[in-house]
Amino acid sequence: MTGIIKTSSAASVKQSRRGAEESPLAKWALIAVALAFSLVFLLLPLVNVMAQAFVKGWACYWSSLTQPDSRAAIRLTLIVAAISVPLNVLFGLAAAWAIAKFEFRGKSLLVTLIDLPFSVSPVVVGLMFIVLFGLQGFFGKWLGAHGIKIIFAVPGIVLATIFITFPFVARELIPVMQATGTEQEQAALTLGASGWQTFWHVTLPSVKWGLIYGIILCNARAMGEFGAVSVVSGHIIGRTETMPLRVEALYQGATGASTVAAFCRGELAGAPGLVYAGDQDFPRMETGERISGSRSRIVDR
Amino acid sequence: MIGAASLGWVAGKELTLLNVSYDPTRELYQDFDAAFTKYWEVKTGEIITIQQSHGGSGKQARMVIDGLQADVVTLALAYDIDAIAEKAGLLPPGWQQRLPHNSCPYTSTVVFLVRKGNSKGIRDWDDLIKPGVSVITPNPKTSGGARWNYLAAWGYALKKFDRDEGRARDFVDRLFRNVPIFDTGARGATTTFVQRGIGDVLIAWENEALLSVKESGKDEFEIVTPSLSILAEPPVAWVDSVVNKRGTREMARAYLEYLYTPEGQEIAARHYYRPRLESVAQKYAGMFPRVSLFTINEVFGGWRQAQKAHFSDGGIFDQIQRAGR
Repeated sequence: MTGIIKTSSAASVKQSRRGAEESPLAKWALIAVALAFSLVFLLLPLVNVMAQAFVKGWACYWSSLTQPDSRAAIRLTLIVAAISVPLNVLFGLAAAWAIAKFEFRGKSLLVTLIDLPFSVSPVVVGLMFIVLFGLQGFFGKWLGAHGIKIIFAVPGIVLATIFITFPFVARELIPVMQATGTEQEQAALTLGASGWQTFWHVTLPSVKWGLIYGIILCNARAMGEFGAVSVVSGHIIGRTETMPLRVEALYQGATGASTVAAFCRGELAGAPGLVYAGDQDFPRMETGERISGSRSRIVDR
Repeated sequence: MIGAASLGWVAGKELTLLNVSYDPTRELYQDFDAAFTKYWEVKTGEIITIQQSHGGSGKQARMVIDGLQADVVTLALAYDIDAIAEKAGLLPPGWQQRLPHNSCPYTSTVVFLVRKGNSKGIRDWDDLIKPGVSVITPNPKTSGGARWNYLAAWGYALKKFDRDEGRARDFVDRLFRNVPIFDTGARGATTTFVQRGIGDVLIAWENEALLSVKESGKDEFEIVTPSLSILAEPPVAWVDSVVNKRGTREMARAYLEYLYTPEGQEIAARHYYRPRLESVAQKYAGMFPRVSLFTINEVFGGWRQAQKAHFSDGGIFDQIQRAGR
C-alpha cells in the first residue's frame, strides 16, 4: 500500500510523510469528480423522469396507476418480491454465517457460486429456465403432462427473480460478519447461551445494518428486474406482466398519453430506490467504520 | 368439449382464452375482445376473460413453442405459425386451410411514414437507397412486420430489374445500409421513429402508419404509398394441443370465426386493417389508398421458400448484414 501511495502522489511526498492524509487538493478533486459524476449520470435522469411524470398533472399520474392492468402488474411485482426476498434473506444469512465463521472444504466454491448471478447476463438466466422447464426443455414434457406451469407463469418469474437477486444479502453480510469476528459469539456460548440465543442476541444485532442494506438492495432488484423476467414472463397483459414489463409495454403504446403514463410508472419504479438512497448513509457508515477500524488496527501493528 | 367447458364453470374456474399476437395488434384486439366477450355471453351465457400477449411475431411464436399456453395465435405471418406446427407439433400442418382466406381475416400492406414536409423527397422504394436517407425498420429475424418490409423491397427491386436476383440483392443491401437501428418488433420501430424522432422514413405496416398519423395529429407525419407493395396477410389459428387440454376448442374457434363476421370486420377496419368482407371494404374504401400489390406466393413461392432463402441462419439477409459491416 505505501509503495502505491509513494509512486502515485510523488508531488505530495511531504504530506504523505506527515501521515496517511492525502493533500487537500487531491481530496477535494476526488470529491468533486465523484459528486459531479453521480449528479449528471444518476440524479439528473431520475429527477427528469419524476418531472415528466407530473407533466400532465396528478390526475394523469393517478389514473395511470389505477388502470386494472397496472394494478395487476403492481400486485404481481409485490408478490414476486414477497416470495423471493425472504428466501434470499434466509439463504444469505446461512451462507454468510458459514463463510465468515467456519473453515470448510469447498468454501471458495461457495463464494464463487454466490457471485455467479452477477456474472451471468439476465437474458441467459431467463433462457436457462426455458431450456430447463420450457415445453421443448428438459422437464418440459413431464411438466406439460402433469399440467404444471412454471415458465410463462408466476413460478417462472419468481424463480428467475430469486436467481438474479441471490447474491445481494450474502454479499452485504459476508464482509460485516468477517469484520466482527467470532469473539463475541464465543463469549456468549461460553457464558451458557444456546445457539439460537447467540444468533438472536449477538450475531444478528451486530450485522443488522448490513442485513437491512442487503434486503433493500435485494428488494429493489427483485421489483426492478427486467431482462430475465421478460424472457420467462410470456407478457400476458394483466397476468404475467411485472412493473418493469408494464413500463415497457406502456412506452410502446403508441399513444402520447400512455407515454406519459410510462413516465409515471417509471417514477414509481424509481421511488423505492430513492427512499433507499436516503437510508444508505446509515449502514454504509456503520460497516465502513467497522472495516476501517479493523484496518487501522492492522496498520498500528 | 362443452362438458369440459361447463365442468370448468361448475368448479368456479374463471373461463379464459389467451390470444398470443404480434406487436401492433394491441388496440385492435382490445376492442375485438370486448365485442367478442359480449357476443359469447349472449350466445352461451358464459362470462369469459380474454388475455392478450404482444411482441415481435417470431418471438411470440417461439414462446408458444416453448410452452406459452396460447389458445389462439394471431401472428404477423404464416411461417411463424408453421414453425409452431413443425417444431412443436402443437397444431396440424394443414392449419391454414381451416378458416376462409387462408386463415387471414384481414390484410394490410407496407407503406412509408415520413415527417411532415417530406424534406428528403421520398416517393418510392428508390428513394430509400439514396445515401443520407435514414430508414427505420425492425429486425427481420425477430419481427414479422420487418420480414414483410424486406420482401416488399425485394419484390419491388425484382420487378424493376426484370427479375435479376443479383441486382435485387444489391438494392436491398443498399437499403439496409441506411438502417441505423434494428428494433425487435414493429411497435418498437414505430416508437423509435415517432417518439424518439430518429430516421427520415419508417417502413411500416399500413395500419401502424395510419395509427401513428391519427395519434400524433395530421401535421406531424405523412404517409407515402409506394408504387408497388406486398399484400401482407397476417394469419390466425387455434392451437389444437392447448385447446384440447384446456377444453376451449369451441370458444377459440368461435373467437377466430367472429373475426370474419361484419362486426369483426368493422373492428378490424376501424383499426386500419384492410377488411376481407366486400360490404365493409366498400364502407372504408376512402381510408385505404389503392396500391398495386403482389402476394408472397406470386413472387417468392410462399412463406416456406421465402423464409428459407432469406431469413434462415446464413440466408441472404444474414449475408447482407455481414457484408454491411
